[in-house]
Amino acid sequence: MSETIGYILLTVGIAFDVLGCIGLVRLPDVYNRLQAGTKCVTLGTAAILLSVLFFTGFNAISVKALLCIWFILITSPTAAHAISRAAHRSGIRLWKGSVLDRYAEDREGAEDKQ
Amino acid sequence: MNVYIGLLILCIFMCLYRVGRGPTAPDRTVAIDILGTLVVGFCAMWSIITKRDLYMNIAISWSLLNFIGSLALAKYLEGRGFDE
Amino acid sequence: MKRFLHFLIIYAVWLLLTWSVQWQELLVGVLVALFAELLLGDIFPVEGVKIFHPRRFFWLFVYFWVFIWAMIRANFDVAYRVLNIYLPIKPGIVKVRTKLTSDMGRTFLANSITLTPGTMTVDMIGDHLYIHWINVQSPDIQKDTEIIVRHFERILERIFE
Repeated sequence: MSETIGYILLTVGIAFDVLGCIGLVRLPDVYNRLQAGTKCVTLGTAAILLSVLFFTGFNAISVKALLCIWFILITSPTAAHAISRAAHRSGIRLWKGSVLDRYAEDREGAEDKQ
Repeated sequence: MNVYIGLLILCIFMCLYRVGRGPTAPDRTVAIDILGTLVVGFCAMWSIITKRDLYMNIAISWSLLNFIGSLALAKYLEGRGFDE
Repeated sequence: MKRFLHFLIIYAVWLLLTWSVQWQELLVGVLVALFAELLLGDIFPVEGVKIFHPRRFFWLFVYFWVFIWAMIRANFDVAYRVLNIYLPIKPGIVKVRTKLTSDMGRTFLANSITLTPGTMTVDMIGDHLYIHWINVQSPDIQKDTEIIVRHFERILERIFE
């Protein structure tokens, strides 16, 4: 029974990993790629780690897997935030089909004042 | 199980495509960050197959080191020192 | 008191990581936790003992499920956008306003926004968050705040404020 749940979680996790990587390849600019990659790969890897709990039972391996889920959920969005901010500050523009960019407007305003 | 591992390797090759092809430096950084998270999933699958907790230790340290590496790359892209 | 609490948290994480009760492991754990606390105690983000209150823990529990549900919706959203041949995206960076004041609450808010449907935090200046949105619905600050931030903020206010 628990192995069945484990296989379901593993399938879902790997499916989301593949989708995230397809997004990484297909989407047009760095911010969109970061969105698809971060969301899908974070949940996919968390699902794979959760399936460890159902495959091995409650022991040293699964406790470490749960801790690892916690670390990933905290660190992955933070890294995405840092990379997107650095990309914007190093002068990467948004994709040409973008609608608006409040951040660039505000930052250019601040630079003019200085 | 082999199918799952094959799919993960396919993911890793898609990331490597973005690392090699990415037109700008942040694209490569994003791909490397995501590659690190995929490796954590790979370690988890390996610990399911072998039932040993050694690979889980690798996964934990890999996730934390990957985070620090991404932060360092982001700081480097932004053109600031590492002390701020 | 605050430092002792940090020590206990670090020691608990150590115990979970080693998952054994041999006395060597316990002793090394005490030493490592003391060292980490002395080295990093000043920048540890937990704000005192305020957070250890049953009511706050209840809202943390509620928040956890809201967050998981938002994350699953986010993934199906990305799947729909990626697998569609025409790539139905309309990206842009919008600006929203938050009422939260504590650092911890803001960190949670920013990370939650990154993992929920179509949005990703780019920067935070003062009270304003800059958010990259994959499908911009309106350029208005008030309306965006209603759509993106409000449902997390209501719960996070009760946990961290």
